Amino acid sequence: MYIAKIYVTYKPSILDPKGESIKSALHRLNYETVTDVTMGKYFELKLEADAATVESTVQAICDQLLVNVNMETYRYEIEALEVQ
Amino acid sequence: MRFAVIVFPGSNCDEDMYYAVTDQLGETAELVSYTATTLAGFDGVLIPGGFSYGDYLRCGAIARFSPIMPAIIEFANNGGLVLGVCNGFQILTEAGLLPGALRENKTLNFICKDAPLKIENTQTAFTSAYGQNTEIRLPIAHGEGNYYCDEATLAQLKANHQIVFTYQDNPNGSVADIAGITNEAGNVLGMMPHPERAVEWLLGNTDGLPLFESMAAKVRQ
Amino acid sequence: MTELTKSELTPEEIRDQKPYLAWSMTEEEYQRACQILKRLPNYTETGLFAVMWSEHCSYKNSKPVLKQFHTTGKQVLQGPGEGAGIVNIGDGQAVVFKAESHNHPSAVEPYEGAATGVGGIIRDIFSMGAQPIAVLDSLRFGELDNAKTKYLVSQVVKGIADYGNCIGLPTVGGETSFDTTYEGNPLVNAMCVGILDQKDMQVGQAKGFDNSIIYVGAKTGRDGIHGATFASEEFSDDNESDRSAVQVGDPFMEKLLMDACIEVVREHKTALVGIQDMGAAGLVSSSAEMASKAGTGMVLDLDKVPVRESQMTPYEMMLSESQERMLLCVNKGYEQEIFDVFARYNLDAVKIGHVTESKQYRLYHHGQLVTDVPADALASDAPVYHRPKQLPERLKQPKATQFQPDVTDLPAVFYQLLAQPTIASKKSIYETYDTQVRTNTVVKPGSDAAVLRIRGTKKALAMTMDGNARYIYLDPRQGGAIAVSEAARNLVAAGAKPLAMTDCLNYGNPEKPEHFYDLETSGLGLTDACKALDTPVISGNVSLYNETNGQAIYPTPVVGMVGLIKDTKDIQTLAFKNADDLIYLVGTTAASFNGSEIQKMQAGAISGQLFDFDLEVEKANQDLMLKTIQAGLTQSVHDISKGGFLTALAESSFNSKANLGAAIQWSQDLSWLFSETQSRFIVTVAPKDQVAFETAMGTKAQLLGQVLAQPEIQLTHEQATTTIDLTKAKEIWEATIPCLMK
Repeated sequence: MYIAKIYVTYKPSILDPKGESIKSALHRLNYETVTDVTMGKYFELKLEADAATVESTVQAICDQLLVNVNMETYRYEIEALEVQ
Repeated sequence: MRFAVIVFPGSNCDEDMYYAVTDQLGETAELVSYTATTLAGFDGVLIPGGFSYGDYLRCGAIARFSPIMPAIIEFANNGGLVLGVCNGFQILTEAGLLPGALRENKTLNFICKDAPLKIENTQTAFTSAYGQNTEIRLPIAHGEGNYYCDEATLAQLKANHQIVFTYQDNPNGSVADIAGITNEAGNVLGMMPHPERAVEWLLGNTDGLPLFESMAAKVRQ
Repeated sequence: MTELTKSELTPEEIRDQKPYLAWSMTEEEYQRACQILKRLPNYTETGLFAVMWSEHCSYKNSKPVLKQFHTTGKQVLQGPGEGAGIVNIGDGQAVVFKAESHNHPSAVEPYEGAATGVGGIIRDIFSMGAQPIAVLDSLRFGELDNAKTKYLVSQVVKGIADYGNCIGLPTVGGETSFDTTYEGNPLVNAMCVGILDQKDMQVGQAKGFDNSIIYVGAKTGRDGIHGATFASEEFSDDNESDRSAVQVGDPFMEKLLMDACIEVVREHKTALVGIQDMGAAGLVSSSAEMASKAGTGMVLDLDKVPVRESQMTPYEMMLSESQERMLLCVNKGYEQEIFDVFARYNLDAVKIGHVTESKQYRLYHHGQLVTDVPADALASDAPVYHRPKQLPERLKQPKATQFQPDVTDLPAVFYQLLAQPTIASKKSIYETYDTQVRTNTVVKPGSDAAVLRIRGTKKALAMTMDGNARYIYLDPRQGGAIAVSEAARNLVAAGAKPLAMTDCLNYGNPEKPEHFYDLETSGLGLTDACKALDTPVISGNVSLYNETNGQAIYPTPVVGMVGLIKDTKDIQTLAFKNADDLIYLVGTTAASFNGSEIQKMQAGAISGQLFDFDLEVEKANQDLMLKTIQAGLTQSVHDISKGGFLTALAESSFNSKANLGAAIQWSQDLSWLFSETQSRFIVTVAPKDQVAFETAMGTKAQLLGQVLAQPEIQLTHEQATTTIDLTKAKEIWEATIPCLMK
């Protein structure tokens, strides 16, 4: 059993209006040190997979459904779960 | 001619589309479930607006894996006319039938109002009936209508005259003011404005009617 | 038995430790429950009594007031008591509507509170078998001068927008206003209107022994437990734990549920016996009411209830206010065809029980009988309180003279008035609502009333939500009458005959005699006007305990009203149409300033004795106005309300397509341009119709000027002409709310 933690954000070249809006709110609250905010999506998938295929499965899931590769990019962490 | 209006779970402009082409255009239409697997016997496919599957992941992202999609792709690849409006446009980009993607509006709000549009190409299968009239108003109603594509794609869209509608007063942040584009072959149109909401005098606007008339004329050619 | 149920208090422990007091159940009410059962109720039963006897479910405090309401008329097919009221609109068709408040949840979690408010009222409409066609909302907030209120406004608006837009119903009208009184206790009232073929009318009843009780829709979780009792309590700063009471809405689920339920109603008539929304107090309320109304009993097996959390107790399952759920009563033997419909929409549909002859309401959990009470005891035998009343201090000898506004610099006063948030354009709010989906919307927000055509007929429906609490604060009886009259006037201005109304009664704690006085007296005022205008109350809800730290809101009844337009050619809008059209004022103007927008702006607060109002004049003006509209003699009609004549005149200009203006001869005191005298309209008439219009209206209409081609108001008074720049005025009017929201 594995858990995949997937982070999806806009590609760096794309303006992220939510991030911009949060950044200006933080500046209004005097957190002037914040220079950039990126807001994205976070997924947790639990998979019954083996060590050889888990990574390619996660990549395929991202490319096919979770991510629109036209405008989004992603990274992920895969951890083995202790079987209870 | 006979239109198929595709109904996904969460489609909510399906009946509007149906009435536009039946009551106002005088053609026949049928509501076709997302579970269908064939579009045999139809002359045109209309993918309506709404919130397919709630659009909780990304607009159109789940609908594109519906059972009906292979039939739509086949219909388009055979040169059939496919119109996607609003959520329909989003589904067409997710399915790869049109380039680019649609993101949340730059205002971060849903916007519902009349948008003045310029028809950039009156030679398409969807705009021939507009004749010389290149300025129209159509209602928009979307939260994620901000069209995005990279520069290479944009250059291609321009070179092939695939940009059909542009906003005169860009409401959502779309690249190059894009409101609607076709595929390279010109038989698939995706647009954020709602032509089916502008087909009746009683509702104050008929600027959408020539779009459907153009499609009917093309089929009858 | 699970661990959790084992830890529940025993009946004796309940008697001794009195947990029910924390659920807003009084000692007397607990004793009453004991008497009914002739034993001590167990934990689940005590919880059921507490929630079913809450004000929100039982109307125990407001029943004496609601009984006085005018609820009958030949147009009424279904009055109060069902999910929503139904009114005949001819041709075998009917209109179904209801308004409901979601104030407390919206104060705590404004986005979900407002969204689930919309979801709930939509379910009320389709539970009657109707296709919902439109949503309206009436919102009241504190002043837009602090971050908290701005947050509440933006989240409430987003909640309404996201729910309505996603489910695909147009949000077509309503009102938004601002007053300090709503600072800690915003009001979020939503209304839904639906259309029905009379042959499809449904009731929420569980008739027929052994018929099946079927649960459909979303799974049950622990959200919203005690939402109904929560709505029957005051707020204070220290009850943070209230946060658990807010539910999360899923408009996509509701869209499927709506379509499936309408399909069942229309196409499975032999199978369906009754259908009801699981709203406040969820499963217990819907099931006990369905049994009680039919004079039957019910057995439910809670192990069958679809749940999304493990180890839920009977108490939690019965009181959960998880959204997007419905309860159906289905004829025995027809269950499968109902299951099949819901399966096609990928929705849960599960038989959880059946109707019994015994009139007892019995719940089983893990094979054990956990509740055994008379269905009527829960649903209709709640105590009724005749609360003591007392004339509020503020109404004892108010100042009789009317406030006198200072209009020395008339344009400046006017620009300032347009920048009052209550007067300013709400475009930035309603542009986030899909107003056109379903393509029936003829008149969109920004007019006196929204108008939707009925497809396939010449008919249209006009609808509005309105209410001016300031008037009621100064004079509950007359203010109540004005609230109904104003709503009716909105509809008449659109070309409609008012049919009937729904209401949200938003008040403070009724256990305080002054607040009960407000509730009862303004209720009488509503009734005065309902009778005079033949607009009976067919549905509604009551929201009491709208107080924060002991401070109550203004008494605020909100009126939702629907009118019938016989022919779409009669539809009117407020916008000027052509230059040179003649401008008339219908009705007479007096110095009506106490409670007005200009009094609030210039004096800082409203005060004094409310201005005069005459229901007979109101009725006569409305009748004549409608007749003249139907005769085709008008180009535009606009009801004069908050802000007075000059504000209304400018609104007609702002909405004109060609940026038209007006030239006006004003012979009365200049300050009266801001008077809020009732029963008035601004009407424009084509010059060719002048004689016919003047003949029709007689002395009711007074020619004041004509429409100008340029965007300015030229106001002539005693030979001097003042010019108001409408381009500048419109900028102020439109920029105010977006600016304040920054």
